Amino acid sequence: MTGDQPEKGDLRMEDLSTETKLEMQRRMLRIRAFDERASKMVKRGHIPGTVHTSIGQEAQVVGATMALRDGDYMTGNHRSHGHPIGKGSPLGPLMAELVGKATGVCKGKGGSLHLADFSVGSLGESGIVGSSIPIAMGAALSASVRGSDQVALAFFGDGAANQGVLYESMNLSGVWKLPVVFLCENNQYALSTPAHTVTSGVIAERAAGFGMPGVRVEEGQDVLAVHAAVSEAAALARSGGGPSLVEVVTYRYNEHSEGLRLGTDYRPADEREAWLKKDPILLFREHLEGIGVSPADLDALEAEVLQEVDDAVAFTDASPFPDPSVAFDDLYTDTEYAA
Amino acid sequence: MTVMSYLGAIGAAQREAMDADERVIIFGEDVEANVYGTTGGGKTRTDKGDFVQMYGRNRIRNTPISEESMVGAAAGAAMTGLRPIVDLSYSSFLYMAMDQFVNQVAKNRYMFGGQASMPVVFRSAMFYGLNTGAHHSDRPYPMFMNVPGLKIIAPATPADAKGLLRSAIDSDDPVLTFEACILWGAKEDVSEDEFWIPLGQARVAREGTDVTVVAVSSSVPESLAAAEELAAEGLSVEVIDPRTLVPLDRDAILRSVAKTGRLVVAEPAHRTCGAAAEISALVSEEVFDALKAPIVRVTAPDMQIPFSPALEKQMYPNRTTIGAAIRRVAGFAPAPTEAELALAPR
Repeated sequence: MTGDQPEKGDLRMEDLSTETKLEMQRRMLRIRAFDERASKMVKRGHIPGTVHTSIGQEAQVVGATMALRDGDYMTGNHRSHGHPIGKGSPLGPLMAELVGKATGVCKGKGGSLHLADFSVGSLGESGIVGSSIPIAMGAALSASVRGSDQVALAFFGDGAANQGVLYESMNLSGVWKLPVVFLCENNQYALSTPAHTVTSGVIAERAAGFGMPGVRVEEGQDVLAVHAAVSEAAALARSGGGPSLVEVVTYRYNEHSEGLRLGTDYRPADEREAWLKKDPILLFREHLEGIGVSPADLDALEAEVLQEVDDAVAFTDASPFPDPSVAFDDLYTDTEYAA
Repeated sequence: MTVMSYLGAIGAAQREAMDADERVIIFGEDVEANVYGTTGGGKTRTDKGDFVQMYGRNRIRNTPISEESMVGAAAGAAMTGLRPIVDLSYSSFLYMAMDQFVNQVAKNRYMFGGQASMPVVFRSAMFYGLNTGAHHSDRPYPMFMNVPGLKIIAPATPADAKGLLRSAIDSDDPVLTFEACILWGAKEDVSEDEFWIPLGQARVAREGTDVTVVAVSSSVPESLAAAEELAAEGLSVEVIDPRTLVPLDRDAILRSVAKTGRLVVAEPAHRTCGAAAEISALVSEEVFDALKAPIVRVTAPDMQIPFSPALEKQMYPNRTTIGAAIRRVAGFAPAPTEAELALAPR
């Protein structure tokens, strides 16, 4: 069930206004700038622990999140700063969360691995590979039972594609015809392990076994190609047609996590260079210039986004750390912690 | 008032909750066919139709045998506007969904800084004492007591089963309920009106002045039987049923022990890190000065559950072993009994 990928310049792409496309570029730039800054902040000890960046995967993230509506739900994984950003979450509380400040989106209790912004439908990231997949399905169940037209999307990687819970969830959402999109972000490596060495067959083709559409987006660095595929899956879900599996082929530029130094080079030396040549942000800038957006406007957009990230860091720096007593809040809704 | 069985009371609570709040849904294995008698309209399976006829398949749903995705789906639905009840049938099936319980259900509210609440109930039955062998006889509630973020109930009577389940369903936090299968047939007068028993509130099942027995689940009726026998010998035994294990009604337990000065804790779970261990530690820390004798635990041994009735029968607290423990803390029987020695960990 692979193939049928929209070409760049495909007529279907013309449906998107220039304004929407500029917003796509803005969100991709935000993810890039946010994660580049976060990477530096980890290395300088400004961010405790580590982070997993989405640098290189921006088209896959934004193409998917912008195919959703504001009220739609999504769940993420360990590499998930981009998901709330792609869904429109403001950068300040996200950055403050990475540093562990009181103004963080999760009040400093989640950190990089557990960003969630319910105000944009982000139901949370999971540090356990595959673990958030059934959560998205549950949000889709909720939408279905309530008779709303909301859709839920589960982001997961090629590593999670080999977790049993994915297939339990595909089966259950298939029999219940739930409005859910299973989105596999295939960046081709589970930490150091090449996906093809631990994955039998093609991930997208596994959908056939569950009687649902499965699409593999080979041009995963093309935000429009991803957007088209996910839009189709979301529309099917919204109209009562049930779940779909979309596999997007992409690439992470950085290490699995920032600061990680592996003893062996598990990626071919020229591989990264080849992927850099089809950088999603550069590709889309070319597209935007091709449809008449001026380079000056695009430069200004990039400068605006860099300023947004500066502002997010300034907001973070100006924010206090949480009072230690806050560690004992939020476990239950109505039960105090008993020492 | 009407006579209800333990299972009938659970069915009544589920029915009331489905009527009261359309956000309540039930899913699990075999719930549509009302296999266990808790998803039907009447006192028996065929009496007044089942929940499918009453509420439709949108709100009562059979699931495949996929515990991990069932539990995760319930969590996701609970965070987005529903109040699911998940019927997991056997308590040992909970292990299949351990990641979802521990990493999602219990942690999400906290790690997302309170953005989410998790109003969901997970029901399961402990089939111990029925010769079902090692895979079906588990009493795993202590494992889940070790997971902050979960609330845990273990009702021992039909009235408590009904009233606690209503509170569990109305709770905005996740509640696991552990129902002992050997209590299913227990009957008593239960109000047909709606009522709620607050979580975290113990019940004094029998008042007494000489010894406190804190008993969990099926150890409650066994403790009451032991207390009745010892009353004839002039010993006044107070039996406290915590009913809720998380949050635990510490005050009720401490108050009773402060009064009696003697404590026996009886429960059907394994000895190490069990509810009895936790309650014993609590009492030692808080009212040590009131204790007139060492605390005695009566639990299942740290041993797997064998199949043969000849082997299984001895594994759980019963009125004889609980009675012996009461005698011991009361100074009536200074040395451990032979039966206790046989079950003592080595």
